[in-house]
This record gives sequence, C-alpha cells and structure tokens, in this order.
Amino acid sequence: MTTVAPTRDSATAHAGPRRGGSAWWLYLLLIIGVILLVGPFIWMVLGSIKTTGELRQVPPTWLPKNPTLSNYTDLLDRLSFARFFLNSAIVAAAVTAGNVIFCSMLGYALAKLSFPGKRILFAIVLGTLMVPAIVTFMPLFVLVANLGLVNTHAGLILPFLVGAFGVFLMRQFIGGIPDELLDAARVDGAGEHYIFWRIVMPLCGPAIATLTILTFLGSWNSFLWPLVVANTEDMYTLPVAIALFATGQQETNVALLMAGSVVVILPVLIVFIFLQRYFTQGIAMTGIK
Amino acid sequence: MAWSFALPFLLLFTVFMAGPIMVALVTSFTDLRVTDIRNPLSVDFVGLENYLAVLGDARFQKAAANTAVFVLVGVPLTMALGLAAAVGLNQGIVRFRTFFRVGFYLPVVTSIVAIAVVWRLLLGTEAGLINGILAGFGIDGPGWLTDERYALWSIIAMAAWRNLGFLMVIFLAGLQTIPGDLYEAAEVDGANLWQRFKGITLPLMRPTLLFGAVITGIGYVQFFEEVFVMTEGGPLNATLSLALYAYDQFSFGNYGYTAAIAFILFLAIAMLTVVQFRLFRTEA
Repeated sequence: MTTVAPTRDSATAHAGPRRGGSAWWLYLLLIIGVILLVGPFIWMVLGSIKTTGELRQVPPTWLPKNPTLSNYTDLLDRLSFARFFLNSAIVAAAVTAGNVIFCSMLGYALAKLSFPGKRILFAIVLGTLMVPAIVTFMPLFVLVANLGLVNTHAGLILPFLVGAFGVFLMRQFIGGIPDELLDAARVDGAGEHYIFWRIVMPLCGPAIATLTILTFLGSWNSFLWPLVVANTEDMYTLPVAIALFATGQQETNVALLMAGSVVVILPVLIVFIFLQRYFTQGIAMTGIK
Repeated sequence: MAWSFALPFLLLFTVFMAGPIMVALVTSFTDLRVTDIRNPLSVDFVGLENYLAVLGDARFQKAAANTAVFVLVGVPLTMALGLAAAVGLNQGIVRFRTFFRVGFYLPVVTSIVAIAVVWRLLLGTEAGLINGILAGFGIDGPGWLTDERYALWSIIAMAAWRNLGFLMVIFLAGLQTIPGDLYEAAEVDGANLWQRFKGITLPLMRPTLLFGAVITGIGYVQFFEEVFVMTEGGPLNATLSLALYAYDQFSFGNYGYTAAIAFILFLAIAMLTVVQFRLFRTEA
C-alpha cells in the first residue's frame, strides 16, 4: 500500500499540460457547467418553501414570495414521512452492515487464502454484475412471498445483504496488504479468524469507508425492490413514497413533492460534502486496476 | 478454513442471487402466473412460447427501439460530457478544484426518484422553469414530456445530466495516469491542443473509456425510474423502456412472460458489452 502512494502523487503532480495559470475561458466553461448541474437542486430547495399556488404560477419564479415551512410540517403531519425516513434508514443500515462483514470475509479468502474453485467462484460472483435487476426480482418476489416476508423489513433487507461489488472492492484492497504481516502473525500462533478481525480489518479503513458509503447510498436510493415488496404505507421507504405520491391518482401537491425530494436528498448531500473524498476514491479504487 | 470465510456470503448469494437467476431462466420457459405463486412447481413448460410472444408484441418492439435510442445516443453523449469535464478539470485548475468536482458529481449521489420528480416539474409545459426561461427570450417552449417528439430526448438529456459526473471522476483518474512528459514532448514538437488530445489522451485513455462505456451501458439498458416517475412510458409509449415493459407485465401477473423479457434484456447487455470491447480494443 505504501508503495502505491508516491507514484500516484507524482502522476498527479505532472498531470496534464500546464503552462502558468489557466485560461479564463476554462473557468467560465466550468462555472457554466456547475450552474447547469447544481441549478435544479437550488430550484428544488427554493420550491420546497413556496406555496402550491406559487409553484403553479406562470411565469415561474426563482425566489419564493412568501417563504413557508408548511410543506415540511405537512410531510410530518399529513403523511408519515418520519416513518418512511426511518424505514429507509433501517434498511440501508442493515444492508450496509451485511455487505461490509460478508464481502470482507469472502474478499479475505479470495485474496489471501487458497482453496479449490477460488478463481471460478470469483468469476461467477463478478459475472452477476452484468445481470439486470429485473431478472432476479420476479423469482425473489416469489421466494419472499413464500417465506411470508412480503411487507416486512426482513423482506426489504435479506436479498441485498451481499453483493458482487463489495467482494471485488475488498478483494482488491486486501490483496495490497503485505503477506509478511500475516505470516508473522501466523508464526506467533494467531488463527485465521484472529488475523482477519484484528489485523486485516483494521487496515482496511479506507476500503470499508468507501464500501459503507456506496452501499448505504445505493440502498437509500433503491426503488424497484421496495416498490414491489412494501405494500402498505407503514413499510414505504422514502423513494417509494415520493414516486407513488408523484404518480398517484389524486391531485398531486407539487410543493409537497418538492419538500419530499429535499428530505430524500438532503442527508445524502450533507454526507457527500463531508466525505466526498471517499466517493471518488472508491470509483478510482475499482475503476483503474 | 477458507470456506468458513466464504460460507456466509455463499449461502446468501446462492439463495438470493445465483438461485433466482437460474429460476428466472427456467421460468421463462413456463406459463407461471401470479396465481401459481404458492405452488410454483405446478406450472407447465411452454418451450419458446413466451419469447415468441414477447418478440411479436408491438409494445415490446416500441420499448426495444426506445431503449436502443436511449443507449446509442445517451452513452456517447454522457461520455463526451464526462470527458470534457475531466479534461477541463485536468488543465492545471488549482482554484475551486474541489468545488467543481463536488458540483459536477452532485447529481450522481442523489436519489433518481427525487431527481425525476424535480425534473418533471422543471420540464413542465407551462409552470416549468425551462419554458419559463425560454419565454423570457420570447420562445414558446414545447411540452418536453407530453409531446411524443421530445419526450425521449428530454429523458436522455436528464440521464446525461445525472451521470456525467460519475464518468468525470473515472476519466480524471485515468487522465492522471498519463505522464506529463508526453504532453511536454508533443508541445515541443509543435502539436496543438487538439492534436495532443487526439494523439495522446484518447489512445492512452482507451481502457478507461472502455470501463466507462461498459458501466454506463449496463445502467442505461435498464433505465426505469426516470420513465416510471416522469412519463409512465407515455405519451403513446414514446418513452416506454424495456425494464418498464417488464415491470408492467410483472404487475399484470405474467411471471413467465416477465422472465422472458428480462432474459432478452440480459442478452442485450451481454451483446452491448461485447461490441464495446471490440470498439475500444487496443490495437497491438
């Protein structure tokens, strides 16, 4: 691991042509790009404190004339948004814990232990990355229905406790841990489970952080499965609730939808801004190997 | 010993991933319906009947055409924008570098459902922000999502907007592995910006571009949430995607039929991936 860092840094230092300062037009283009990408979010946040009347107004406004928080109080009072939020959080936390533990364990076995069928197993697991979600979700639904888990947290969580991405990430990272370190522990009489939990896992901080963030995010934003498994309002996750209110039969309350979207996006946004290094690092970790 | 590390994963993987894939394959040759859900083994094999019925369905053909347009236009568009952003950020930008990176990446981390809700309002015919801005210039904007001629293109634009940041990060990492000396040598030889991009950046970025194209392609073939929330496949099936078509059939309880569509989708992904590998193959 320590041998990788210096080369990366020196590559960064020489990255791309640089001749003195950068051209102003480059900054201008980048600023226009950022405005186009971030603008809709600003419009959403401003829209969430407008009244429905103002949102339906022609021409549309940017700044709210009579800012109000009533959309947010309505989310809590009239719709059980606290419940949807809790459901999303429970499912995402459980799915993340499962992926971090089980994928790391298999990642360790694949990277540092030898057993028959290792290569084939890794190929099969990776191959499932290409299988579209729509292939498995019908058999999964039949299975979950027969286990009596439709409309339960367990039904929302179980099918996603493990995933190919986590195995790939952890195997790559654990592969970078020097064998000498593990052999030294073995000589001292440490068992494989002791080595894994006390030596390997503590060294996997960056990879675990990345896997945690990406898995939590994927689960928090997931839609198709909760849409099928959560049948009653008390089991809805946030995306399901919002999508069903947006496409429902009754007259949609646009302002409420904007506030709901803010509630889904805001926690992710805050986490992302503080931990953005891990998001991009995770992509680099898996992408450029 | 090693198996004790692999076992928990393998158990869950077999029950919830590998098993269901096999079951889906078998089911696609049966007449399984929602009414058989408690007794899935009592179904009859119907051979290729589901596949033939799917291929002959006009709605499937429309969905396949829409998905093809979405992928063939969307993937290159998103890649071009992502590459432009990455190259721009890689030109020795020092100030606000993190700010730009965070800004470009922001749409990637946010819920696609929430984004689709916001964009549906953004693209609204009358009270939508985009037509509001156009009206300021005296342009009468069309019904972006309600007009058959524009709906699919609007969704493609939204997908490119959402995903270009993801490719930007991948491409940035790829660009940083290109040694700076190469550019300096080319500059000494009198190569201009475009020649350096074409002669150095593009060839050395091939593996990274391939990775980006494959990941984006696999995602785009399955596009679903966008149209589920924004158009429900309309107007007149103009934005019906293969995944949405499969989901519809699942809702109707035609499980065998759904499985057949899913495997056609799987085949499309496999074929697309093979084509991309050929397209980006590094000439030895």
